[in-house]
Amino acid sequence: MNVINLSRKDPSFTREVEALSGQQVSACYQCGNCTAGCPAGFVYDLQASQIMRGVQLGLKEQVLDSKAIWMCLSCSTCTLRCPNNIDVAGVMETLRHMARREGRIGVKTVNKFWTSFLDTVRLFGRSYEIGVMALYMMRSLRIFTDLDLAPGAIIKEKLGFKPHVAPRGGAEAVGRIMKRYQERAAREGGKQ
Amino acid sequence: MRIGVFICHCGSNIAGTVDCARVASLAASFPDVVYATDPMYTCAEPGQAAIEAAIREHRLDGVVVASCSPRMHEPTFRRTVERAGLNRYMFEMANIREHVSWIGKDVEANTNKAAELVSMAVAKLRHNRALHAASFDVCKRTLIIGGGVAGIQAALDCAEGGIPVVMVEREPTIGGKMAKLDKTFPTVDCSACILGPKMVDVAQHPNITLHASAEVEDISGYVGNFTVTIRKKATYVDWSKCTGCGECMEKCPSRKTPDPFNEYMGTTTAISIPFPQAIPKKASINPQFCKMLTAGKCGACARACPSGAIVYDMQDELITEKVGAIVAATGYDLVDWTTYEEYGGGRYPDVITSLQYERMLSASGPTGGHIRRPSNGEEPKTVVFVQCVGSRDRSAGRPGCSGFCCMYTAKQAVLTKDHLPDSQSYVFYMDVRANGKLYDEFQRRAVEEYGTEYIRGRVSRIYPDADGRLVVCGADTLLGQAVEVTADLVVLAVGVEASHGAARLAEKLRISYDQQGFFMESHVKLKPVETNTAGVYLAGVCQGVKDIPASVAQGSAAAAKVLALLSRDKLQGDPQVSQVDVKRCVACGKCLRTCPFGAIEMVSFRGQDKAHVIETACQGCGICTSTCPQGAIQLSHFTDNQILAEVNALCQR
Repeated sequence: MNVINLSRKDPSFTREVEALSGQQVSACYQCGNCTAGCPAGFVYDLQASQIMRGVQLGLKEQVLDSKAIWMCLSCSTCTLRCPNNIDVAGVMETLRHMARREGRIGVKTVNKFWTSFLDTVRLFGRSYEIGVMALYMMRSLRIFTDLDLAPGAIIKEKLGFKPHVAPRGGAEAVGRIMKRYQERAAREGGKQ
Repeated sequence: MRIGVFICHCGSNIAGTVDCARVASLAASFPDVVYATDPMYTCAEPGQAAIEAAIREHRLDGVVVASCSPRMHEPTFRRTVERAGLNRYMFEMANIREHVSWIGKDVEANTNKAAELVSMAVAKLRHNRALHAASFDVCKRTLIIGGGVAGIQAALDCAEGGIPVVMVEREPTIGGKMAKLDKTFPTVDCSACILGPKMVDVAQHPNITLHASAEVEDISGYVGNFTVTIRKKATYVDWSKCTGCGECMEKCPSRKTPDPFNEYMGTTTAISIPFPQAIPKKASINPQFCKMLTAGKCGACARACPSGAIVYDMQDELITEKVGAIVAATGYDLVDWTTYEEYGGGRYPDVITSLQYERMLSASGPTGGHIRRPSNGEEPKTVVFVQCVGSRDRSAGRPGCSGFCCMYTAKQAVLTKDHLPDSQSYVFYMDVRANGKLYDEFQRRAVEEYGTEYIRGRVSRIYPDADGRLVVCGADTLLGQAVEVTADLVVLAVGVEASHGAARLAEKLRISYDQQGFFMESHVKLKPVETNTAGVYLAGVCQGVKDIPASVAQGSAAAAKVLALLSRDKLQGDPQVSQVDVKRCVACGKCLRTCPFGAIEMVSFRGQDKAHVIETACQGCGICTSTCPQGAIQLSHFTDNQILAEVNALCQR
């Protein structure tokens, strides 16, 4: 086991997470209720409570390189159960943003899925499920992922072949919003 | 007038952010100030000696000390000036610590503010007059509110000290929460066996009058002379005739009456004696479930009672008692844990509170001392204890630690193994707080000798599985892993809150309570049993969470305070009371109506109505002075002239 030298920790990381998430991470007393209730914890490399501990200690590398922040479902059970009123899911989301800005993508397929989702929103102003599937399969080269679920979903009319386009110029408006945001992010030095 | 000013450094507490020497040199130029200095510690023995020496050397007739809060040291310095021959009211205090040095870091601004506060104190002192306290008789009896172990201890100690005690208990029996417990940590001795004799002593002591099923309705008066109105609730049984034989309980047909003594595990009869060792051992009727009182027909208990004690038309009775001191020992209630939906919110019969588990463990409880699953009556094989339910939970508005749950949970785990040797207990905990004498050793025994599995983490959710067992989902934070235990019985260590109704009592007693409803002591460390109302003392959990040894100790401490107070035949009054200038009073009566203490009466003065202040009843709040349209009523030591002098000093500087 590696020894972590706590005297070399990065207190600015803790401050940054607190500022960006608006949460007081020091309020966490490590009861583990977030870990106990997390439905995705079985695929985490670090449990939610361990992520919170990492943020408290300023362990930037361990936290931002973790898979857990990408596997989080944002279901907010952790937030609901936290006795100290910390929005743990919000902290996880903040960490994901910080990691992405630094180009640290702990689970590449999750990032590809989101990029695919946003691509369809940019085009149609709404989500387009089959489009997301197609783009994601191409990007991830996981051609047969969940393909077995498709027939059932099509029969139940949950998957439409035609995209729903936001009407009355809505799609273009959404596209412009996203473009503006990207331009601003580029001006301010972030990646996307 | 010759005034001396002392600007205290308080070590670095004040001098750290206030230029004390400069404040002293500024003070020397204030009107009537003939001497100003800045000692290091004014309250210390040399500091007080210096004040006395300065009074003699500079022939001072008034002293200002600028230091900490008057709550801290005003009495100290009043005694100091008194020793040097001045009247104690020829002293003023400026608070330059809590109001200046502790709240700002700007030395320049702090120094200016300190000088302004000193100038106000000097201006007021120039208008001060010598005041002399009247003395009054003391009623050598005490009231004790609450008959739990703390109240019992206070009552017995007062009674042994020769002071007659009036004890008021809300429930039909004394004993409080301790009477419900099976065993007590860390010795695992029987709770009823150690408390029972003390309860009997209360009943038998010639100096103790016990009013059970009674509540304090109203309190008036002041230290040494309180008048207390007590509401004796209708029990529908004449307790002077009831022998506690229990015949009525045998015959009562209403057998599904909720049983508060057993924490609503099982039922009792509409007429009942709470438990076999109850003090007083008298029956009372629950009017909501009595067939005679609800439907008008039954009368089984009246026919069964051999002494004719049943009185169906009994009414509440108000009685008055005169006492000189009051001890509040109202204890606690459990937090309403049913708000925890993730633990079932009270819907799962096999999720119970620790106090319900205590009743289950007790031989006099609803299961006769056998551990049973409430759902099907079977013995549980796996018992899970969940700590910190309603404690250390800011999201539920309960940030504090309930103090004794760690220890009783360890005790209950030990008792579970004693009752059911084949069972396995799990404890979900966050920290084990076992800081009493022999406590940690006891908790370690629960782990090492009794094989209790301690899991460090909170429980996120409890749900029933297909077999009707309970799945407890938690985390083991030491493992960094979510874990679950399938349990037959779950015991929640529910946190404590101030007794329901404590706030209403606090208002009657004119004492403060904190955000959690616990009564405020006068000083957290140095006056833990006193309150800010003279003659009112605290004992037990009503002041803050504590276990049995600490409650008993505080009960004795409160008794010591009562005995010290009532050892005097006369008490000195406070001369800071209102006085009426009869020449100005127009008898409009506004002051009579606004006085919250009923301390003003209308008297005939040379044939004219005039307001008159009853000095012993006046608390010096000053409401009358701000109400009087004529400025005829003035609060001594806080007259309009004195307050305006302070305002002028501040505004004209």
